[in-house]
Amino acid sequence: MHTRIQVRNTSLPTIQGVETRRSFLGKSTLLLSGAAIFLLAGREARAKVNDASASDVRVLNSALGAELEAVAAYQVGAESGLLQKPVLNLAVTFQGHHKEHADLLAKTIVKLGGKPVSAKEKYGFPVETLKTQADVLRFAAMLEKGAVSAYLGAVPVLDSRDLAQAAASILGDEAMHWAVLRNALGEEPVPSAFMS
Amino acid sequence: MKLPGLTQAFLGLALAAAGGVTAETRLPVGDPQAGEAVYARCLACHALAYNRTGPKHCGLLGRRAGSVPGFEYSDAMKRVNWVWDRKTLDRFLADPMKTVPGTTMGYAGVKDRQERADLIAYIEQAGNSAECRNH
Ligand code: HEC
Repeated sequence: MHTRIQVRNTSLPTIQGVETRRSFLGKSTLLLSGAAIFLLAGREARAKVNDASASDVRVLNSALGAELEAVAAYQVGAESGLLQKPVLNLAVTFQGHHKEHADLLAKTIVKLGGKPVSAKEKYGFPVETLKTQADVLRFAAMLEKGAVSAYLGAVPVLDSRDLAQAAASILGDEAMHWAVLRNALGEEPVPSAFMS
Repeated sequence: MKLPGLTQAFLGLALAAAGGVTAETRLPVGDPQAGEAVYARCLACHALAYNRTGPKHCGLLGRRAGSVPGFEYSDAMKRVNWVWDRKTLDRFLADPMKTVPGTTMGYAGVKDRQERADLIAYIEQAGNSAECRNH
């Protein structure tokens, strides 16, 4: 049996670095962020709600489901008491990224005329197998690697090339999480030249 | 060394352009150990023993498509009227969105036949594992 964890909808911890980076991005006019690309693509696509964008909505919604679960998983990790600084800070930062991905995906789905999935009340995380910091890191690395593969599987099936580019931008972020988590585990951070 | 899928995709395109690819219907024999590594690609959305963004995979072989209680399938998957076996899985996993138009599994698929066979062999074997008992 897997213990079911109730994930509370409390406000999540943030660290200062995140805010600093945000205000930096806010001032930058050169950077066309993944966010901008998503929203642009959304505006363009609103005019033609067709089969293609309905299909894109399904792809984005399954990505959103996975992002929301990642947010909840990092919450479990952060509250487990098993993570020591500076690893705890990593978890909080990465959770913040997943929240940003989820917010953006949800907004884009709405722009495309779809209905974003919401976070589940309960996730069946196998918490009884998480006993040490390394267990939690390994669990997070598994999710991040899976997320990279999921976006890799989303890029070629997204009808909008702008959305595909935005998905690739998220993929890059999650690949970095994976490498950093592996590094924290003392594993080779980047074990191969290709992701699959 | 095993070629990564991407390299195979490039080579596959080149071969197809040269007219060197013929359709073969027999499924290759799968290696469950190699399949476990392929299954890592599914772990953002699936687990063996519990429903996540996608339904659990314990008991997959031999069960009707779209039939795990408590999982909210798309109408498209609910309408599918086959049972999951090596053949139907091979077809679905090669190109989920073409095989079941309207599926909410927004994923391009596993394009390499051998990788698919390995993956299916792994899911089949995992179905009999301790993790899948009572699931
Ligand atoms: C982006 C998330 C995502 C990824 C990645 C993903 N799936 Fe799925 N999968 C889903 C969803 C969502 C469904 C339900 C589809 C529906 O109802 O149309 C599903 C359904 C399925 C089904 C049908 C199960 C049933 O009970 O009828 C199988 C089989 C399956 N997935 C196998 C896989 C395998 C194997 C992989 C890895 C190669 C994979 N999936 C990767 C989200 C995903």
